[in-house]
Amino acid sequence: MTRVSRVAWLYIAVVAAVAVTVIMPRHTITHDLQWWFQLGVLQLLFLVCEATPTPLATRQSAWSPSSSATLAAVVLLGPMGAALTGAIAVISLRRQLMMAERLFNGAMYAGSGFAAGKAFEAAGGVPHLPQPGDFPAIIWPFAVAAAVHVVINHGLLWGILRLTATGARPGDRTRLESSVALLLTSDLGYAVLGLIIAALWPVVHAFAAVLVLIPLFVARWAMGQFAEQQRAYAATMEALCQAVETKDFYTRGHSERVSRGAGMIAREIRMRPDRAEAIRYAGMLHDVGKLGVPTKVLQKQGPMTEEEYAAIQLHPMRGLEIVREIGFLDEALTGIMHHHERLDGKGYPMGLAADEIPEFARIIAVADAFDSMTSNRSYRRARGIAEATAELRKQAGTQFDPAMVEAFISAVCRDGWKLPDATAAPADRHLVTAQDHDDPTAPLQVIDSALGPGRP
Amino acid sequence: MTSHQNPERWPSWQAMDSGRLLLLAAAAMLTVAAVARTAAAHPVLVNPVGQRAAVAFGVLIALGELLRLALPGGREAAPIATASAMAYALLLSIHDVVHDGHVPPPLRISPLQVIAVTAVGMTIGALPHMAAGRPVGIVGMASRLVAVSVVAFSFRPLAHLPLVDGQWWLAAVLMAVLLAFGWLTDAVICALIRADDLGARFSVALGDEVAVQTPLGVAVGASAMIISFATAAMGLPGLAVVVAPLLVTQLAFRRYARIRSTYLETVRALSRVTEVGGYVERGHSHRVSALAVAVGRELGMSEPDLLDLEYAALMHDIGQLSLADPIPGGATVLVFAADQQRIAELGAEIIAKAGVLDKVAELVRYQNLPARGRDPEPPVGSRIIRAANAFDDLVGGSTDRDRRGAALERLRLDTAYEYDAGVVEALSVVAGRRRASRI
Repeated sequence: MTRVSRVAWLYIAVVAAVAVTVIMPRHTITHDLQWWFQLGVLQLLFLVCEATPTPLATRQSAWSPSSSATLAAVVLLGPMGAALTGAIAVISLRRQLMMAERLFNGAMYAGSGFAAGKAFEAAGGVPHLPQPGDFPAIIWPFAVAAAVHVVINHGLLWGILRLTATGARPGDRTRLESSVALLLTSDLGYAVLGLIIAALWPVVHAFAAVLVLIPLFVARWAMGQFAEQQRAYAATMEALCQAVETKDFYTRGHSERVSRGAGMIAREIRMRPDRAEAIRYAGMLHDVGKLGVPTKVLQKQGPMTEEEYAAIQLHPMRGLEIVREIGFLDEALTGIMHHHERLDGKGYPMGLAADEIPEFARIIAVADAFDSMTSNRSYRRARGIAEATAELRKQAGTQFDPAMVEAFISAVCRDGWKLPDATAAPADRHLVTAQDHDDPTAPLQVIDSALGPGRP
Repeated sequence: MTSHQNPERWPSWQAMDSGRLLLLAAAAMLTVAAVARTAAAHPVLVNPVGQRAAVAFGVLIALGELLRLALPGGREAAPIATASAMAYALLLSIHDVVHDGHVPPPLRISPLQVIAVTAVGMTIGALPHMAAGRPVGIVGMASRLVAVSVVAFSFRPLAHLPLVDGQWWLAAVLMAVLLAFGWLTDAVICALIRADDLGARFSVALGDEVAVQTPLGVAVGASAMIISFATAAMGLPGLAVVVAPLLVTQLAFRRYARIRSTYLETVRALSRVTEVGGYVERGHSHRVSALAVAVGRELGMSEPDLLDLEYAALMHDIGQLSLADPIPGGATVLVFAADQQRIAELGAEIIAKAGVLDKVAELVRYQNLPARGRDPEPPVGSRIIRAANAFDDLVGGSTDRDRRGAALERLRLDTAYEYDAGVVEALSVVAGRRRASRI
């Protein structure tokens, strides 16, 4: 939240006021030094956890492993201790937090901690150092406390997100939905951590917190490495795909745009996130096999011989040959291989029709043709978006899958489409191709050896 | 003298199998002794709590072995199994639910019992892998078993000293030290085997092993301590709970290892665009990269450097994509030096565009510079690629000994200026071995 609206401020003030009034008056402060020591350790744990994003934390949620500190406090210190543990979020170590956020986080964690503590007592739990005899009986009240903590925490969080979220796009919903499962898993995991800390406390005291943190930090390190590798991977793939395109001036940036277009369709039809990622890579790699087509064929002007046309038709298979060994692409491979099939069965390389064409291929075909039409070619200027979408609609049902065409058009209408830079053609004739096999408005002309020039 | 006549390589080559055999024999002997001893124990003396503990830990170990984890570099780990087995070896006491209210009988677990339970658990956990036709990973299992026995033999006699049982921090320190020692044992064994498998130097292999295994090892060690202490506090039902932090860690590592291997797979695959485009001979990039990595290993390069070298070797001809038409016959040593240099520059530019492979781009950029007479000298990786590329251009996929010998002879003649003498020497060793060791 960059700017806090008045309503949001009001909301924060109410949450904070409720938290303070509910928690403060009814409890006398204990003079037990041990209690304060435990509180101090748990608050420290809370701060450390809160400042370090963990593998299971998502961007939308402030739900970090810090909740394990609050839940440990529920068992060890009771409602008051849990509230004080959560309230420490006000002095969070994350510097970029604004005052409003700190206030809200403190109130939210204090409130949910207090409620969890009350729920723990209501379900029959007695806050104290757990003794060996307490297990497994303690698990039930603890589970209740954890559930209450989750509900209140997420409820308050949901409220503030509703009030502050301004630029949320509809497409984000799928991401949110997919993260609910992840969120629940992490809730469960962090609750378990809280229980472990509480259980280990009688044996190893504050060292329990350290012991539990170690695997978490290692996990975080591994997750960081993963994110870094993933970024590197995407960048490398993009660079290599660009390298494949340098040969042909007019198709530079084509793979990247097709990848983006395919991703837009995938989001529009609510594809699972992992499949959506795969199709972006498939879009990126769909024309890799064009490298196997001799340059003189690509640069040829006028009708082609059948051999030349056959060489062009081979490029999806060539592409497949190259990327087949990339294990995770799996379904994306079908998209690369069949992206020139047509719904009416007149495409290549296999002449599949309608439902026989894999979903990935139907998606890539639309994005591919659209980018081709909206780019400059040596034989024509780029068409406008309106003209290109009209052409897509015209070919829907014969060449393209109408569902994918509509999904793409509505995505483009909403999010827009970044057109390629319209620079003049290069002087170097070696970099110019005369024809474009992707262009549905200008099919390749093939000389039929028996009948003379005609359409394929 | 040609490459294949290199007598001093043979002993270490053959020692590989005996080293592995030694490890397996040690593990087998430990297992047999432990199982026999445990089975022969008098049934009346067996503590019922101890029995349940044995079953519970055995199940956990089997589960952990089932959920093995691939680590970068073709390694395999079983963090949950290792942590459970170590925790069993480090067990202080067990809170017993059934005997609640009574003083539980003191728990005596012998080191051999730990080994027996670990061995049986591991074997059961390996069965599904076997059934699914995956590699059994018996060497890894044996290595883990030896590491566990080291910890068990050193900790079990001390576990019931009042000093250890009573002072938690003393127990914690002792556990940490022993866990570190056990972990190091495993790392040394893995490094020995790997060094022999790949023809790497032991010191380098150990360094790589430590670098790769440390983060996970720390997590496993901490988890082993958690499990051991939590069993004292929560009893055996708590076991299912305390594996949770380790599961999260394993999840993170799995994703990391997967993207690493996907990365390598992708670069390997995409490096073939030059072949499909007809720019280079089929299989050239892969042969050069396999050769370059083997030479780099022979020269004692560490794993991260080898990875950069492999990427650079795979993509060393990628600059040719910027040429409108393939050079007939590919960019061989027979093409003009200026052309080669241009291709190298173009390739480096392409790779540098990714923004994350700067070292790789450098290796590609300098791949055509002569090894001598330059200041600064081209990096070792570039010199290796230069020699490996020249060798493959001269030999191709041929395995003909005379042809390989002649190619090496030609490279040697040029070591005064063109090629690095050390690299060519390593190349001749590797080419003589010529059993492709791919990881």
